[in-house]
Amino acid sequence: MIFKKFSESFCSLLKFSRLNLALILLALFFCIPIVIVCGSLFFPAKDIWPHLIDTVLTDYIFNSLVLLIGVGFFSLLLGVIPAWLVTMYQFPMSRYLEWAILLPMSMPAYIIAYSYTGVFDAAGPVQTIMRELTGWEYNDYWFPEVRSLGGAITMLSLVLYPYVYLLARASFIEQSICVLEVSRTLGCNAMDAFRRVALPLARPAIIVGLSLVLMETLADYGTVQYFGVSAFTTGIFRTWFGMDNSLVAAQLSAILLLFVAVFLYLERRSRKQLAFNHTSNRYSPLLKQKLKNSSAFFAFVICFAPLLFGFVLPASFLGQWAISTYSEALDINFYILLLNSLSLAFITALLALVIALFLGYSNRNSRLFINRFLVRFISLGYAIPGTVIAVGVLIPFAWFDNSLDEFLTLHFNFGSGLLISGTLFILIFAYLVRFLAVSINTVEAALGKIKLEMDEVAKTTGMSHVRIMRRIHVPIMRGSLLTALLLVFVDVLKELPATLILRPFNFNTLAVRTFELANEERLAEAAVPALAIVIAGIIPVIMISNSISRSRPGYE
Amino acid sequence: MNNAIEIKELSLSIEGRQILENISFGLGEIGIACLLGPSGCGKTSLLRCIAGFEELNHGEVWIKGVIASKPFHHLPVEQRNVGMVFQDYVLFPHMSVTENIIFGLKDQRAARTKERLDELIVLFALEKHISKYPHQLSGGQQQRVALARAMAPRPGVLLLDEPFASLDIELREQLARELRSILKQDGITTIMVTHNQLEAFAMADIIGVMGDGKLRQWDTAFNLYHEPKTSYVANFIGEGVFIKGEVINSIEVKTDIGNIKGHAPHSFEKGEKVRVLIRPDDILHDDDSKVTAYVRGKAFRGAEFLYTLETQNGLYLQSLVPSHHDHPMNEPIGIKTEIDHLVIFTDEDV
Repeated sequence: MIFKKFSESFCSLLKFSRLNLALILLALFFCIPIVIVCGSLFFPAKDIWPHLIDTVLTDYIFNSLVLLIGVGFFSLLLGVIPAWLVTMYQFPMSRYLEWAILLPMSMPAYIIAYSYTGVFDAAGPVQTIMRELTGWEYNDYWFPEVRSLGGAITMLSLVLYPYVYLLARASFIEQSICVLEVSRTLGCNAMDAFRRVALPLARPAIIVGLSLVLMETLADYGTVQYFGVSAFTTGIFRTWFGMDNSLVAAQLSAILLLFVAVFLYLERRSRKQLAFNHTSNRYSPLLKQKLKNSSAFFAFVICFAPLLFGFVLPASFLGQWAISTYSEALDINFYILLLNSLSLAFITALLALVIALFLGYSNRNSRLFINRFLVRFISLGYAIPGTVIAVGVLIPFAWFDNSLDEFLTLHFNFGSGLLISGTLFILIFAYLVRFLAVSINTVEAALGKIKLEMDEVAKTTGMSHVRIMRRIHVPIMRGSLLTALLLVFVDVLKELPATLILRPFNFNTLAVRTFELANEERLAEAAVPALAIVIAGIIPVIMISNSISRSRPGYE
Repeated sequence: MNNAIEIKELSLSIEGRQILENISFGLGEIGIACLLGPSGCGKTSLLRCIAGFEELNHGEVWIKGVIASKPFHHLPVEQRNVGMVFQDYVLFPHMSVTENIIFGLKDQRAARTKERLDELIVLFALEKHISKYPHQLSGGQQQRVALARAMAPRPGVLLLDEPFASLDIELREQLARELRSILKQDGITTIMVTHNQLEAFAMADIIGVMGDGKLRQWDTAFNLYHEPKTSYVANFIGEGVFIKGEVINSIEVKTDIGNIKGHAPHSFEKGEKVRVLIRPDDILHDDDSKVTAYVRGKAFRGAEFLYTLETQNGLYLQSLVPSHHDHPMNEPIGIKTEIDHLVIFTDEDV
């Protein structure tokens, strides 16, 4: 009897620790890129740094800072004001604008950059028509240069502001309308109520959105590269491929991570504050005030402008080009491209979901601090720029391949070549590092809906584990799992810098092909793959906007 | 116009649905009124009409001698000089207790502001909490901050929407009494909405019983209980049963438990069939009485039992009996009637 008890407890201990061991190993595996990048700081490259500091580093820092400030400012402007207008007021088209404002999210920054360049550059139709009408020559007039720092700020703001909009709007909706009513009884008019109550209440949410925008800005490679702006990401590429110095590239990445860490901290802290910002659980349905005449018109313009410039115009430019080129573009190579992209995205999404489920369940069943910490840590990956992950992935695997090859050649007289680093494996691994957070968050939210008591109730009715899974867990989580799958799928489709660095030789994706064509100044031909990415990008936008309207308290 | 609040023939319908119908009442300075009724009776809507969150279809709302609402005239909420406390207080979560309280004061740096703040902090015993944030406060503390915040600008009328609903049941009556003395001390005219009679009795000078969007009776607690004007009010306030009776003369009715005599004459004709309201305190337990009834149900209330009794001729009555008279079920006990207020309605009314 005693022996049986003992062995049982031993087994449960063993089982628990096996699961835990697997979790820890998995987590450590996903930490490799960050460890490598940060670790590179301990191997000083003395001869190169003074040179870097003298020449390009100040440029990188200055340009990145200007980018951050500019994009931050415009995203706030384009995000917060429309969010307030569509939440509180009724004006022409406001019901459609509510979600249409999100559409620019589907447009990767590098693609909007290509499309604006094609139209507004010196050789583009706008300036050509201008010259034809006025008879001016190239240098006779001033026209804003698209391919500039200012251009990059504009492009990034136009596609990133939806993050601010999303969070600000969610916060405005969530604020119990009672809070605003109270402020009215205390003598505030509508403007005061916004300034003194709604805005301060939404501040943490807005900061979360802003941090996401800034992290995306730092992670951008396609836009700054195309516009010739020396930022961190382009610097890392140049050091790696131009100077062939992987160590310094890793060190630059580490510095970039430092910037990221600041915003990550800001985001996390604000999310915590959000938890306190509820004092009322009662919601009266939002009664939107109807705007009339000129104020309705202005509200419409303010909300429609970001949509027009962030989506409608660039998408129609792309559509125009796609129509003129599709007959040549849609050849067998394009279908191979499509197949490559879709299967890569699908495999990654599926893997991410499986891993997220494993992590989610291990977290659910044992409330150990270490588990939760590891899961949290892995889900920080979304903050790390793709370029940095690529550097952090390539260095250790290339080292592993080379060592293995050397070892085998020495002892067995045959080489293994580039066993891992030349394959899709490391590309998928890099995607997972970056996008695992997306599926982890979705899966955890879904698991959170299944209370432990539900399992217990089911057990008391004599259900087996399998039946509990099938009858309770799967039905509750099905929608969320699909969401997790789709979100990662689309993110992978859009990803550019990591794919660019890590893809196997001769393996192309839609994003990479778009990039190549644009860089060969074949913008019209780039339109077909670019449009394919944009169309895929619309899917998560629709899902997100649906989930917001459903989440609104007191929503009928 | 001497009343602080004057409601005249107020009607409200929202999206074609009649919410409030022809409501009129007045409330004097420093008066405390309660709107009492079951959920869905329109009492909160009436409060929101006074506050200015709803626009009227008919009637008028006067606050401190100023017309605030009538059809096609709607003073914005912020210009009405009303204070409002919502059911779950809705404090501003990003502001400290002090900041919450002085939110509605115009000049926040003025000496008067400080004075008013100190006054309210003492009044509501919030000394220890002034720099805390709402999420650090208990429910009762949050309620006091919400009240202080609403009272700070000295509103012409203070509106309370179920202010005790989120608190422990045991605390409510005591808090209601405390709040009453604070409101009287500060000299604020108040209208409170509640569905709890005991809260209303503890707080109010005058109570408006509401049902189906109508004001059924506007009266003191004592009169509502002892002289309900309609059977709706009689049913809603307190406990009791209706028994059949026949009018003998202008102050007496014959019933199955004997003839019942009131103090004031009623308006029913001799021989008319009526229903008589019998309150549990109208039926006394008396061991010497020859009239007996069987104990068919009993509920322990601490100091007393509420017995449900069946008389010899099959009538069910309720009786409040001191709790040292603990009788087992189905035992016959002696009863006698002692009715001060004869409350009768026509047969169809009940």
